[in-house]
Amino acid sequence: MSDIIRLSAADLAAHLRAGEVSAVEATRAHLERIAAVDTDVHAFLHVNEHAERYAADIDQRRAAGEELPELAGVPLAVKDVLVTTDMPSTSGSKILEGYMSPYDATVVARARAAGLIAIGKTNMDEFAMGSSTEHSAYGPTHNPWDLDRIPGGSGGGSAAAVAAFEAPLALGSDTGGSIRQPAHVTGTVGMKPTYGAVSRYGAIALASSLDQVGPVTRTVLDSALLQDIIGGHDANDATSLAEQWPSFAAAAREGARGEVLKGLKIGVITELPDSGFQPGVAESFRSALATMEAQGAEIVEISAPHFEYGVAAYYLILPAEASSNLAKFDSVRFGLRVTPDGGATVEDVMAATREAGFGEEVKRRIILGTYALSAGYYDAYYGSAQKVRTLIQRDFDNAFEKVDVIATPAAPTTAFKLGERIGDPLQMYLNDVTTIPANLAGVPGITLPSGLASDDGLPVGIQFLAPAREDARLYRVGAALETLLVDQWGGPLLERAPRLPGEITHVGEAR
Amino acid sequence: MSEITPELVRHLGVLARIQLSDEEVERLTGQLGAIVDNIAKVSEVATPDVPATSHPIPLANVFRPDEPQQPLSVAEVLQNAPDSDDDRFRVTAILGEEQ
Repeated sequence: MSDIIRLSAADLAAHLRAGEVSAVEATRAHLERIAAVDTDVHAFLHVNEHAERYAADIDQRRAAGEELPELAGVPLAVKDVLVTTDMPSTSGSKILEGYMSPYDATVVARARAAGLIAIGKTNMDEFAMGSSTEHSAYGPTHNPWDLDRIPGGSGGGSAAAVAAFEAPLALGSDTGGSIRQPAHVTGTVGMKPTYGAVSRYGAIALASSLDQVGPVTRTVLDSALLQDIIGGHDANDATSLAEQWPSFAAAAREGARGEVLKGLKIGVITELPDSGFQPGVAESFRSALATMEAQGAEIVEISAPHFEYGVAAYYLILPAEASSNLAKFDSVRFGLRVTPDGGATVEDVMAATREAGFGEEVKRRIILGTYALSAGYYDAYYGSAQKVRTLIQRDFDNAFEKVDVIATPAAPTTAFKLGERIGDPLQMYLNDVTTIPANLAGVPGITLPSGLASDDGLPVGIQFLAPAREDARLYRVGAALETLLVDQWGGPLLERAPRLPGEITHVGEAR
Repeated sequence: MSEITPELVRHLGVLARIQLSDEEVERLTGQLGAIVDNIAKVSEVATPDVPATSHPIPLANVFRPDEPQQPLSVAEVLQNAPDSDDDRFRVTAILGEEQ
């Protein structure tokens, strides 16, 4: 058997069903991998001490002849923004250090019911505010392709965990690109479903009109399999869509055959010219488009004139909603409490607690959001940002009258160096230009690897966007391109990632 | 051209219940000034004829079935409390001397 940890979730599940690998062996292999490499990568904030017991239970049930769900026994990493009953949930913040939720997030409960083994909680920018995980209160995650570089954010931990073969599947959350941009910089796959397609019950809220939970994996099919498990209506989330969704795994499997590309109209956005991207990123993007064109796809220029206002609108709406959502961290019912010396009122305690418990970026955005919502500024800032949201939705509506999907490079540059942009928040925000419009409009988006940049050898992702509720289309198109590219490369892109320092080299194996 | 002043940042800190240090006020004043100058451009295209969107996929009258469920126990509710007494959360004085 080839290395268990390098199998896709779909392949590992097939071995589990065939009885060639037990769930305990699969879980143990990943826990050993975490022990070997995570000192350097730091993808995990917590490793689940119960994981082997859960796996043993799956093995027992399988041995007893029980018909188990398709992915039963496959390990899953969970972004720390999702609450779990068996592991602490901190959302990357000191203010929630040690917090133990009395309930599981719906997506976690559904994953457990499907037999997935929750092996740990992954690192993230504090309250999902950031593009690099450098804003985690527990230290940054390192990109497995180059440990001096960022793994993206806010879900850098989940992306790095799957890229470093510490888990085949992970859960993420995407408010402005936090699933898709980490996928871009780590050579992995990340899907932001349609707003409302996956429950947010138990996801610690950042910006409620933007947040969406979704899969983080190494293959398009694995993301589809995971969305099949976690998606669908949830009465505990009032924004959850009631519709019946098709099988996304079936869509991905169908897409892999490639017929979807014949006559597929792919929109590229005039207002996102190649000159706005690192040359190696633009080149990889164009090369992926050419590959699809060669199979019968048609590239159509479309205009989205209001996308350039997307970042500005986002950095008004997000801080406004975040300042409101984070008001609950007030030292009364849960989380940190800091009592100042002398006779303090509860308000003094709140102010001292929030000063000590929130990191710099969180304070920055709360203050910005408080400003945007304050009397006299509301119409000029928050009100205008909501109008931009309408204009961006109209840009999408007009575009999708002409094309089936929109394609963009997933981010302007490849992974930058840790520390490089931390001192300039505005520059960090402008990095989200390609991913933000999907959140503002609620449409689904997927990022998958398009190759390595010729100028620095680091991974590049291509992003596809589809109309709201057309998640299946993204799995079809994504799987079609993935199949062609993996064939061109002669194997998955991640096979070209350098060895990690903690990796055990087997005797006789070439380094 | 930004109107973000140290006094405004200090006031926002009070509204947001964050006890900002002088050094933080100074740093935030500069950073927020640059950010606000950039994001103010939303008003360029937000003309009166454009309706506002608060929610990407609006739903109306969302109800779940009115079925009794098991609520959290008091112990579960209090398990993360910084301080509690009996079945209640405990906090310091609500009012200060001047109030």
